[in-house]
Amino acid sequence: MKRIESTFGRLQEQGRQALIPFITCGDPRPEVTLPLMHGLVEQGADILELGIPFSDPMADGPAIQLANERSLSHGTGLKDVLSIVREFRDTNTNTPVVLMGYMNPIEFMGYENFAFQAQQAGVDGLITVDLPPEECDVLLPILSDHQIDPVFLLTPTTSKERAARILSYCSGYVYYVSLKGVTGSNRLDVADVAEKVAAIKALTDLPVAVGFGIKDPESAQAVARVADGAVVGSVLVNKVGELQNSETREIVTQVAGIIGQMRTAMDQR
Amino acid sequence: MSDKKPNDLKSMPDDHGHFGIYGGRYASETLMFALEQLEKTYNTLKETAEFREEFDRDLAHYVGRPSPLYFARRLSETWGGADIYLKREDLNHTGAHKVNNTIGQALLAKYTGKPRVIAETGAGQHGVASATVAARLGLKCVVYMGAEDIERQKLNVYRMKLLGAEVVSVKSGTRTLKDAMNEAMRDWVTNVDDTFYIIGTVAGPHPYPQLVRDFQAVIGREAKRQILEQTGALPDALVACVGGGSNAIGLFHEFLNDEEVDIYGVEAGGLGIESGQHAAPLSVGRPGVLHGNKTYLMADENGQIMGTHSVSAGLDYPGVGPEHSWLKDIGRVTYVDATDQEALAAFRELTLVEGIMPALESSHAVAYAKKLARKMGKGKRIIVNLSGRGDKDVHTVAAIDGLEI
Repeated sequence: MKRIESTFGRLQEQGRQALIPFITCGDPRPEVTLPLMHGLVEQGADILELGIPFSDPMADGPAIQLANERSLSHGTGLKDVLSIVREFRDTNTNTPVVLMGYMNPIEFMGYENFAFQAQQAGVDGLITVDLPPEECDVLLPILSDHQIDPVFLLTPTTSKERAARILSYCSGYVYYVSLKGVTGSNRLDVADVAEKVAAIKALTDLPVAVGFGIKDPESAQAVARVADGAVVGSVLVNKVGELQNSETREIVTQVAGIIGQMRTAMDQR
Repeated sequence: MSDKKPNDLKSMPDDHGHFGIYGGRYASETLMFALEQLEKTYNTLKETAEFREEFDRDLAHYVGRPSPLYFARRLSETWGGADIYLKREDLNHTGAHKVNNTIGQALLAKYTGKPRVIAETGAGQHGVASATVAARLGLKCVVYMGAEDIERQKLNVYRMKLLGAEVVSVKSGTRTLKDAMNEAMRDWVTNVDDTFYIIGTVAGPHPYPQLVRDFQAVIGREAKRQILEQTGALPDALVACVGGGSNAIGLFHEFLNDEEVDIYGVEAGGLGIESGQHAAPLSVGRPGVLHGNKTYLMADENGQIMGTHSVSAGLDYPGVGPEHSWLKDIGRVTYVDATDQEALAAFRELTLVEGIMPALESSHAVAYAKKLARKMGKGKRIIVNLSGRGDKDVHTVAAIDGLEI
C-alpha cells in the first residue's frame, strides 16, 4: 500500500488527524533540511510537505518568498531536493514526503526524468501550485506510473462541479485552502471551513487536509475537529527565517517544537 | 503538435487557450474561477455590436485612432535601402500602444462590475495607461512596479500618481517587471472578488494572451489598410520590438496569413547575447511555465527564472507571450535581437533625421529595421511599429550622456 494511504488509514484507526508541516527545502541552508525533517517527525508530524525552491513563487506570500530566496542563495535545485529525500529514506521508511512547488523546475528536468528520480528517492506525492487539472493530461499518467500521488488544491472559489472534476484526478489526500489569498494570510473561519470540508467529503472518500491560516495549537486543534489533517506552513517558515543565523540544532529544536505543541493540542481535543 | 501549421494562422488559440504546446492556464486554483468568468464574459461581449462599437468609439475619440502610417522619407534615404514606414503608436493618448489594450480591459472591468483594477508595469507605459482608464471610469487603481524600474522611470511614476493610482514598489526578486507581475497576481488571488487584473501584455493565463492580442490587433488592421492606400501593395516586411510582445502581435496578427510578408520580432540583446546580459528568451531560452502560461523563458538549468538586462525597462522580461513562442516554432516569424548600443544609436538617429523621438523599446525595432532595409534594398517596403514615444526615456539617455536633468 502507498505510504500516504497507509498513514491516513492508521490515523483513522487511532481516531487521530494528520499533522502536516511544510518547510522549504534548503532553507535557510541545505544542511538544515534533513535534521529538520527528522525533528518534525519526532515531534509528531505524520506527513512532510517539502517545498521545491522557485525564483517566482507567485501564489505564496512574503514569508515563503523569503524562504525561497534564502534557499536559492545556496543554489538549491530540484536535484538537491530529491537527494535530501533519498537521504531521509535511509533512516525513515514510513513517513510520507510530498513535494510542493511550481511547474517550471519540473518542466526543465523533464516529466519522465523527474517522476523516475522522485520515485527512486522515495517521494510519495506532488503538489504543483500552478498546474490545474486543465493542464495535467501529460504529467498525471507519468506520476501514476511511478506511484506518486497527485495532490490537488481546492479553494473557496472552487465550484462543486469543478471540485468533482479535480477530485477525480486527485489521490492520497485533498488539500483544502481555507481562504482566498496567498500563504501566510491571516483569517481562519473554522465554521466556514467545517462546512466546506463536509461538502468535499460528500464528493470523495479521500482524506481532506486543511491549510492556510493555521498558526498556533488552538487553530490546529480547531481544524483537527473538522478535517482529517492540518497543514502548517508559514509559521514554521517564519521561525526558520528568524533563526537563519542560528546553529542547525537550535533551528530544529525551535521549529519542530512548534509542531510538538500542535501535536499535543490536536491529540487532546 | 507545435510544428503543425494550420491553414489559418489567425485562428489560434484553441478552445483551451493553447497556441500549439504554448499558452494554457497554469494558474493557482483560487484564480481559476475568475479566469473562467473572464473568458465567458469576453467571449459573449466580443460578439455584441454594442461592445465592439463602444471599443471602436473609445479608440477613435479617446485614444485618437487611427494612428498615422508615416513614410519616413529622410530616414529611408539616409539608410539607402528599403522604404521605411512608421506606424505611429507613439501618437496615441498616453504615448504608447498600451492604451489600446487598457481601453478594452477597462470596458471588461466595467461590464463585470469590478470597482478596483490592478496592473503591473515595467517602463510605466502600461501603468500610465491603466491609471488613465481607471481615472476616466472612476475605478480604484493599484499599479505594481519593480523598485529598480521605479528608479528608472520616475516621470511615469509621477504621472500615475497624478492620475490617482497607488504605485506599489516591489522589492522582491530582481525588483523588475517579472516580480511586479508576481505581486499583482498575489493581489489578485487575495482580492479576486472585487478586482480586475489588467495584464499589460500578451502573456499570462488564458484568456489574457488572446484578449490582449485582439485589442492590439487594431494596429495591424489599420496598417494594412493604410499601406494599401498609400502604395497599392502589401509591405515586404514588418518589424516590431518584443518584450512580452503585445505591440508586435498587434501589428503582426492581421498579416499572419499573408505569406509574402516577412515578419521580424526584435528582442532586447542588452549587452550582447554572448554576454548573458540580455532579455531575449526566444533567441536563447527554452520552453517552460511562468506567470500562468507555457512559453519560452530565460531560466537556469534548475528552472529558476534568470535576471535580465535591457536599457529599456519595458523589454526587461524573461518570458514572452505564448503566441510568439508558437510563431517561432512554426517559422512564421523570425526573432532577432538588437543590443542596447544599437537601440540607443537608433533612438538618436530617428530623433535627428525625422524629428521623432522613439521609446527605447521601439528603438530596438528601428535598429533592426536599419540592417534589414539595407539587406532588402531599394524598392522594398518595411513597416516598423513605433510602439511608443521616448519622452519617458529622455533622462535614461541623458544619464548615458553624463547629464543630470
